[in-house]
Parts: sequence; structure tokens; C-alpha cells
Amino acid sequence: MSTQIEQQETETEADEEAEPEVESPGDRRRAQKRERQAIEEAQRETEEATLDDEDTITLKVFRYDPEVEGKQEPRFDDFSVPFHKGMTVLDALIYARDHYDSSLTFRHSCRQAVCGSDALFVNGRQRLGCKTQMSDLDDPVRIEPLPHQEVVKDLVVDMEHFYDQMESVEPFFDADETPDDPLEEQRQTRENREKVKMSTRCIWCGACMSSCNIAAGDNEYLGPAAINKAYRFAMDEREGEQRKQERLRIIEQEHGVWRCQTQFSCTEVCPKDIPLTEHIQELKREAVKNNLKFW
Amino acid sequence: MYEHDVIVVGAGGAGLRAAIAADEEGADVALVTKLHPVRSHTGAAEGGINAALQEGDSWDLHAYDTMKGSDYLGDAPAIDTFAQDAPEEVIQLEHWGMPFSREDDGRVSQRPFGGLSYPRTTYAGAETGHHLLHTMYEQAVKRGIEVYDEWYVTRLAVTDHDDPEDRVCHGCVAYDIKSGEIHGFRANNGVILATGGLGQAFDHTTNAVANTGDGCAMAYRAGVPMEDMEMIQFHPTTLPSTGVLISEGVRGEGGILYNDNEERLMFEYGYANNDGELASRDVVARAELTEVNNGRGIEDEYVHLDMRHLGEERIIDRLENILHLAEDFEGVDGLDEPMPVKPGQHYAMGGVECDENGETCIEGLYAAGETACVSLHGANRLGGNALPELLVFGARAGHHAAGKDMKTAEIQTGPSAKSEPGDVEPPVEPGAVDAGSDDVAADGAAVEPQSVLENAVDHERRRVEELLESDGINHAEVRADVQQTMTGNVNVFREEDGLKEALRDIREARTEYENVAVEDPSRTYNTDLIHTIETRNILDVAEAITLGALAREEFRGAHWRAEHQERKDDEWIKHTMLAWNEGTPELYYKPVILEGDEQTYEPKERSY
Repeated sequence: MSTQIEQQETETEADEEAEPEVESPGDRRRAQKRERQAIEEAQRETEEATLDDEDTITLKVFRYDPEVEGKQEPRFDDFSVPFHKGMTVLDALIYARDHYDSSLTFRHSCRQAVCGSDALFVNGRQRLGCKTQMSDLDDPVRIEPLPHQEVVKDLVVDMEHFYDQMESVEPFFDADETPDDPLEEQRQTRENREKVKMSTRCIWCGACMSSCNIAAGDNEYLGPAAINKAYRFAMDEREGEQRKQERLRIIEQEHGVWRCQTQFSCTEVCPKDIPLTEHIQELKREAVKNNLKFW
Repeated sequence: MYEHDVIVVGAGGAGLRAAIAADEEGADVALVTKLHPVRSHTGAAEGGINAALQEGDSWDLHAYDTMKGSDYLGDAPAIDTFAQDAPEEVIQLEHWGMPFSREDDGRVSQRPFGGLSYPRTTYAGAETGHHLLHTMYEQAVKRGIEVYDEWYVTRLAVTDHDDPEDRVCHGCVAYDIKSGEIHGFRANNGVILATGGLGQAFDHTTNAVANTGDGCAMAYRAGVPMEDMEMIQFHPTTLPSTGVLISEGVRGEGGILYNDNEERLMFEYGYANNDGELASRDVVARAELTEVNNGRGIEDEYVHLDMRHLGEERIIDRLENILHLAEDFEGVDGLDEPMPVKPGQHYAMGGVECDENGETCIEGLYAAGETACVSLHGANRLGGNALPELLVFGARAGHHAAGKDMKTAEIQTGPSAKSEPGDVEPPVEPGAVDAGSDDVAADGAAVEPQSVLENAVDHERRRVEELLESDGINHAEVRADVQQTMTGNVNVFREEDGLKEALRDIREARTEYENVAVEDPSRTYNTDLIHTIETRNILDVAEAITLGALAREEFRGAHWRAEHQERKDDEWIKHTMLAWNEGTPELYYKPVILEGDEQTYEPKERSY
């Protein structure tokens, strides 16, 4: 595990010195923040040089509509949008739509990284439009729909397959029994809640699935989000042992956890910082332990 | 055509809870939503869910706090029902796997919240709504409840009796966003509106882009009165640049508000000498803006919310999400510096008039959650009361629509509940520009369910055709004009002249809207069309809010009037009602019920 994490760190932040083992959420957060700040600072420097004399940014946006003449062949449209501090990719898209072309189509709703509607492929990486600062990106900003998913129109992709995979892992809490008294809760330790906490943060945006090479090559692969969902329940002590066995059987199938080649692409793009690859690895270990037990 | 026993419009917390309840009763239920369920804005709720769970606390204390918080504009039967049902609903959610924050003994944690006499707010970090939404969607999946996602409901199929109270709702019409097809949805038992908030009527709001008041506007035009629409909650702690919400949980855990002089403003200037930062939301929002107006704001715009003294461990344990929001949307590290905050539109206390079972005056039409006005929150909602509301009243509406035998509601609905006529003098004619062109009423022409539905479908197909085929202006400008005048004139502080100006602006926007057209000719995922239809709903709810605000000549709860600086109990313990009346809105009043199960609530001065 440690080698893989180091690998990930060197990918994103080359000059980061060897860190002590990252442990508490606070440490993890600080480490991530340092990384982010270093990257941001570097980018801000390069960008200030270009932005001082011109305060507009060019968007290159993927366009496609199966039934509108001129859009049936995919193309890129350029939009020049005025830049302001704090502007996100979503803000820029909304500006382009409301001022230049009302047919420019993309999903969005909450604007605060919780509805998961606006996962996009921005400058070659899966990101949430609402959570990505324009100032962090190289100009021009290239915006495409999520790769490896069928494009419905412009930046909108068909999410059905993603939803099918999510639902195939029986993604619902299913305790063997709950207290008879409708006013008595099940007990859960703080440690156990902490264990599942990160996995419960998933917003179903699909960034991870889109970034995964394995999912791209194997359409039946459950994918990181669905496996994470299975993890969320398999690790919840409030469910019974029998249910856990059933859950492990689901993720152990041919197109389940064993397909993952620990490339960490999902973990890198997850906008909620869920350690997806770690969760998949942990389920692999659980499955092995389980099989030994029943041998 | 699609057919189900119960159709639930909207699949946020209220819609999901209603659908699960209807399913529990054995009804064939379907959710129809313009988003996918997990995209709903319930997911953005942060702070928590109030319920009296612990020894030492009790439902009647919760009810009392809620009534006091409502500034005596809530109806006692709604408040009592709510406080009584909330504990079981919260534990039900726990039994469904909700990852609540926990105490050392493994029990669900509860924290203090504004306006509460007991720490009764259960929570899951500072992302309670996200977990509630996902937990309930998971349960809907478990039960195999049918979901039509990305289908936009544009019209209710209601019989055309002249008197709204004679009308029956037989279903609705929905537009399949992906294919552009329009279909009827026949509801054998009932339609439940759970479309959420209307924050997009304002330009600084915590609400999602999708919160355009669709359910309110549809019910209003179908003949259901809107209730207390002027009662809009402005949340005291939103990020200045985006309106992103910073949970009340920050203050619940001990966060402090400072002005530009680094004074603890809530105490320094006597806004709330007892409860300070944990006074009710309306009190804190006014305090902040008063500071700004008196030159003690930071950058003349906002104040500071400081939580650094809580310590990193506690912040990360209970408020981690706040750190991410402040960082991502304002570039501020809450561990190192105070966060800038200002009031922003957050919640509509008013909405579709209904009773404790969610029923409106139109048979077969229900409302639940923020769309509805039972009335639970009256003139001001307490933090942590929205999520239990959608559980309690979502469940009740679902059960009732599915045919469960329930106690007869005490709250009266419909124009027959009128106690006195309204006396508002708007500067311009409100309502439809072309009143009568879109009438529901035409007695006797269509009452048979099938033809009611077919008529509604035909109407919507013609309307969409028209929008797509004609040339005209883009809706975005019209929408922006309405949003600006609302935030400019119908905000925390309201003056008669400003309210009148807003009504004139809305009138102008309505006239402009007559010329809108959709430029995108596509049938595939045409968001231009969806947003254009939404903008009409925004116009109707914005006008209703402003009319109510002009009519209510007093200061109660969230509604502050420059010319009327007192709560006038002799005159104004009554609901502001607005009936569409076929395009010529009629304002009237209905009494507030203060007699509860255990106690009659005596209006007292509301100090914190």
C-alpha cells in the first residue's frame, strides 16, 4: 500500500519531501492542503503573467447534438468569458450559456459540490465544474463530457450505466434485526462510524468510473463508486455477519474487486477525497480472509 | 400514458419519504423528478434534525420552541403533530442505516441549535442532509420504487370546476428531458408535490439552481391558495460570493460572530443578550445587516464567523465539511482565520396551503416539505426543523394518499377557510398578463379523469411547440431582472416603496416573458426549454412573496417592515392567503390556530 501512495504523491507533487506516515484526518487534510497550495501558487504565478493585460479566458467546449444540423459531428466551440476572482468552471459555463449560446447544455444544480451533477473532463482531468477555480487552470480551458460514457448532448453524458452498477451492489442498509422499540436506536461505536465515514461521502458524480481504465475496457466491471458503496455497508457494524457475507460475494464476482489494478486514478479524481483504491484493497483482503475461513 | 396509484413530484427528502410511506401502505407509487433523486437539494442541508429523544426533553418542549420561533404564526395542530412524530421518524432513519454522529456509548449525538431550549439536534457531521437523502434513496431502491428521473412535471391535471374546492387532481403532465416527449401520468389516488424551495426567485440564495418553486406555482395556478408567502428565511451565515451555506452547527458548537471592530456583535449591541449567536435566525440576520448598515461591516458587506477557538480536533470531528466549503468557495481556511458571512435567502416558510395530512383543498392533491405550508414554521423556521418536517409530513402525505386511515385534520384549507378579505393596494395589476387565457375553470367541460389528463397533455404539447417554434427573447434576462429586484427590495429589510418597486419590476418581467422563446431547437436534453418554463414559475412565486410582504403591515419573525416596527397581535395573528383566481390573484386571510393538544400557546414577546 505504501509504495502506491508514494507513487501517487510523486505524481501530483514532485518536490514533496518524504512525509511521515499520514494518519489522522487532520494530518491528511493538511498534507492535501499543502499540496494544493503549492500547485495553486505555481499556477497563479504563470497565470498572472498572462492575465494582467487581458481579463478574459477562452473556453473550448465540446459540442454535439444528435438531431441538430451542424452539431451532429462533434466539434469544439470557443467562448471568451470575462474572468473574475473566485470564478469556477461552472460559473464560466453559465456565463457562456446565458450570454452567448442558450443551447449550451450541461447538468448542474447545487453549485456547492454536493449534488454531483457537474462532473466534467476539464483540461484532461475529471473534475466538478462548481469546485474548480478557473484560476487553477491553463488558458484556454478545454471542457469535455466525461470520457468512457455515451454523450447525450454537449457536456451531458448518459449516467444509466453508472446508476445500474451502483444499484447492482444492493446499495441499501439491511440489518438482520433492528430494535423492536421504534424509539430505540441501534448502537454504533464512534470508531465504526469513523471507519465508514469517508465512504458515505460519495455524491454519485461518476468521476471515478470515468477515470478508470479497467471500467473503460470492461463494461461489466462494477467500478470504484459501486465497490465503495458496498464497502460502506460491508464495514458497517450495524449490519449482521450474514449480510456481510452476501455483500462480499457480490463484490467478489468476476467483474468485481479483483479487476482493480490499483492504478489510483479514481482516488486522484474523487472530488470528495474518498480513498477509493484503499477501500477496494481492503475488500479484497476481507474476501480472502473470508474464503480462508470457509475453506 | 403512465399510471400509478400515487405520483410523487420531486425526489428530495419529502418526496422520498412520501414514496416510501405510500409503498409501506401497499400503493403502487412512482417518483417523477427533474433531477436524479440524489441530486436533490436536501443533500445540501448541513446542520441537523431536531427531535426530542432524550430524557429531560419532550415533544411539548420542542413544540413550544417551534411555536415561539414561528413568532406565533404557526398552527398548533401542525406543530404538535410535528413534534410528536419527529422522534420516531428520526429513529426510523437510524434503522435505515443513516450514519449519525455518535456519542461514546454508541447513541445518536444531539447538539444545541438556535432557538432550542434543549440540545435536540441530531446530525451527521455537517452534511446531515446528504446522508439523509442518500439513506432514503437507498431505501427507495431497496423497495423497488419506480423513479422517472429527469422528467420535468409542468402541469397538474385537475378538473375544471369553478370552485377550487370541488376540483379533483387526476395526475400530471411531464416532459422527458432526455427525449423531449410529453406524457400524462395518471394518479389513481393522488399527486404529492415535493418540489422543494423557491430560492431562485432571489439572486443571493443558498438554494440550488433547480429550486424554482415549481410545485408552488403549479398548485397556485391549479387553484390551491399560497399561504404566508412573504415569510422568507434569510440565513445569517452564507458565504458572500456564492451564497453557499455555512451551517448553524458552527454557532451551535460555539462559533462567534464579530464585526469590523472585532466586537462580539450579538452581545455588544444587545441583539440577543441571552442567546447571542444562537438566537433565532431572523434575529441574527438582522443583527448582521444592521452592523453593516451602521458602518461596522467588513468591506461594507459582511461580518466574521470565527470557530478557531473550538480547536482543530472538534472542528474536524463535527464540522469538517465547513472547512471544505469555506476553502473551495471563499478561499478561506477556517482553522486559521475567521470566515466571512452575510445573510442569504435560505428557506420559504410559506407555500402550498395544506393540512396535517398534506392534503390541499383540491381532492387528490398533496404537498410536503418546503413546497408546503402546513403551517409549521409560521414567520420563522428554527434551524434543524426542516429535515424532521419533510420526514413527518412526507410520511403523512404518503400514507394518506395511499389510503391509510388517519385522524381527520384540524386545519381547514381552501377559500372557504377565509376569515376576512385582504386589503392590499399594489401599484400595478398582479397576476396573468392575459388573464383568462389559461383558465382552469370552465365548469363541466372536463371532469372525467381520462379527458382531464388528455386536455392537460395537449395543453403542454402546444405550449412547448410554441416556445420551440417562435422567435423571441431569451428567458435568462427576465429571470435575472426578477432575482435582482427581489434581493434588492424584498430582502431582510423591507420598505413599502421598495416592495412596490419590486411589484412594478415583476409586472414588467411578466410582460417581457410574453415574448420569450427557446432558441435551441433540439428535442434532446433541451435545458433552454426547461429553464424557460421554470422562469414562469419564478415570476408567480416572486409576485406572491412581494404581495404578501406588502399586505402584512407589521414586523413578525422574518418579515420586517420599515414603516411597521411592531408585532401587531390584535390584528395580525392570521395567515396571508393568495388565490390565483384564474389569473387575477385575490388576497385574503385565515385565522392562526393557537389551541394545541396540551396547551394553548399564548403569544409572548420573542426574546433570545
